Amino acid sequence: MSAEATNAVNVVIETLPRFEGFVYPNESGPHPLWGFLIVIYPYITGLVAGAFIMASLVRVFRVKALEPVYRLSLLTALAFLLCAPLPLLFHLGHPERSYQIMITPHLTSPMAIFGFVYAWYLMAVLLLELWFDYRQDFVEWARITPGWRGIIYRAFTLGVTDTSERAVALDMKMSWIISIIGIPSAFLLHGYVGFIFGSIKANPWWGNVLMPIIFILSAMVSGIALCVFNYMVLSWVRRRELDMRCLDVMGMFLFYALVVDAAIEALDWIHRAYSAVEGFHVMEYMARERLFYTLSIGQLAVGTVVPLLLLGALQILRKRVPELFRKRIYFTSAVLILIGVFAMRWNVVMGGQYFSKSLRGVMSYKLEFAGVEGWFMGMILLALPFVILTVLIKLFLSEQLPTSGHVPHPPTAPLETGASAPRPAGA
Amino acid sequence: MKHSVSRRQMLATLGGLLAGLASLAAARTARGAVKKVLVTTKAPRGYDPHQHKWLMCFDVDKCIGCGLCVDACKTENHVPAGPMYFRTWIERYIIKKPEPGSGKTRGEVLVDSPNGGRDGFPPTTVPREEILKAFFVPKLCNLCEASPCTQVCPVGATFDAPDGAVLVDPNYCIGCGFCIQACPYGCRFLNPETRVAEKCTLCYHRITRGLKPACVEICPTEARIFGDLKHPVENDPIQAFIQKHRVHTLKPHLGTEPRVLYANLDKEVR
Repeated sequence: MSAEATNAVNVVIETLPRFEGFVYPNESGPHPLWGFLIVIYPYITGLVAGAFIMASLVRVFRVKALEPVYRLSLLTALAFLLCAPLPLLFHLGHPERSYQIMITPHLTSPMAIFGFVYAWYLMAVLLLELWFDYRQDFVEWARITPGWRGIIYRAFTLGVTDTSERAVALDMKMSWIISIIGIPSAFLLHGYVGFIFGSIKANPWWGNVLMPIIFILSAMVSGIALCVFNYMVLSWVRRRELDMRCLDVMGMFLFYALVVDAAIEALDWIHRAYSAVEGFHVMEYMARERLFYTLSIGQLAVGTVVPLLLLGALQILRKRVPELFRKRIYFTSAVLILIGVFAMRWNVVMGGQYFSKSLRGVMSYKLEFAGVEGWFMGMILLALPFVILTVLIKLFLSEQLPTSGHVPHPPTAPLETGASAPRPAGA
Repeated sequence: MKHSVSRRQMLATLGGLLAGLASLAAARTARGAVKKVLVTTKAPRGYDPHQHKWLMCFDVDKCIGCGLCVDACKTENHVPAGPMYFRTWIERYIIKKPEPGSGKTRGEVLVDSPNGGRDGFPPTTVPREEILKAFFVPKLCNLCEASPCTQVCPVGATFDAPDGAVLVDPNYCIGCGFCIQACPYGCRFLNPETRVAEKCTLCYHRITRGLKPACVEICPTEARIFGDLKHPVENDPIQAFIQKHRVHTLKPHLGTEPRVLYANLDKEVR
């Protein structure tokens, strides 16, 4: 037997137990084509969109109770957005050619739009909104901070140092306008990620008109949960009192977003099961056997039912539950939801590759430790946004620096409360 | 005013920068479009893709599952060894008799394709008397009219050539794998050496020089029929095939409009 044939036989023996039934030969590789990195990518993008919508609640929908987390939400969105393209980039066969997506986009491809949506969201929405919100503070901080930090703040003013009342009012107005543009942009950013999967008609698990909507809703849920998590951790690190009203309101929004998200996902399943078109049986088998831990346990029980019960109970009994207990419930729910939404991303990406497009067999996959698609790399990519966020918080949510105190308001009443006391420093 | 830069100036500068970048991008897009027209294929100089329309058809009844086509393809096109890289492969369908009294027309359907059928097929373990019928089905790129793989390519590295072939420019593909996910027939794979998407080209380097694809050339039973719809020869095999048989395509409900035609296909084949 030649060396090549021996090699082929070895590979057959090694890979055969990985699937049951029949799969197309080209699908029978040891790894799914899109691995752990592609699970992380929609997760991170969803957190960005969700955190931004959370911030928009303050600026556009005037939910004043959430003001303490306004800047934190925006910085969270920025930290995660900066990391969003990394998993995509690393999974490419030729990352050095990735710029082709930007300069010669193939306009019928959902993926080609990524560069533009991303650039639009980063440049036109997040950075601009942050700049207008922070500009007045930058001017002040540049004046009072010595050393390299002062230089950084000075650089961030981009040379615009006018802090007259009119200029600040204009800042607030611009910020408000950008927020309004930002909401559909956030929907676009993550709805489009859903469309990447939803547009693949070859794959009955993915090709689904509800996919973008499910992605947006779960993004909102995970984004709000992340803001709850970040706010509580930051307050704990800084030994600051939590603003309970803010936390209660976040919990309320989290609950309602979760209700809608769970309803739409349930609708998706009911529709699939009832119409039971070609391929439903293999998908059902795959979901039952291959996705049991991530779907039934992770996404359904941990990520949906338990938080729904916890948060729902708080909506009814809020006044009777002591503060400490409420805090613990919010924190637990946020962590469970963050795990559940991650499981949901896993179920979408991996589930779509766990059954053959011949609809005659299912595959399985063991996540490895090392390698680009290994879980160690994944953990690094998931930790990186938190590292960036820490730096951003040290620079822009510093306890040593006074904030301008202007709370975000729509332009109708830009400066009425402008002279009020500075916000809690933990915010 | 002592301010060095006003906000208005600042925004104007930013806007100008963005506009500059946008126009740069437009120029690059135009360049890319030209590049796509002049894309490198393995066709010889002087070959005009508009003068041809290539087509492959299969007579399922004639395939004996010898695997020579798979081997010829792998050799001719330097397809990586290993049982998960195929431009063409053969599937074996074994349909068992129904349980007596079950009221069904057929029993369990067993499908396999060991090493893509390259080494032929081992004898089945199903006893002969339990088999209702068995047959082989060769597969390759379905040459879709509305190919979902070219639709989703983010850079346009894969494209429908005017002569009916669906090609990939290996120097342009970024290796994202979107086309592989979008192909309903499992005809594409990511080449582990070049890290780009790869698929059947109908042996483009051969057909553009007047030769047949390697798999057609070697098939001992003429189960694969290949021809040029724009230049039918005398007693054209393609025309005869279409006249003689009732033909079917794979997964027609997906609207990809495959051009590859199968005669004598069973409903179990997807």
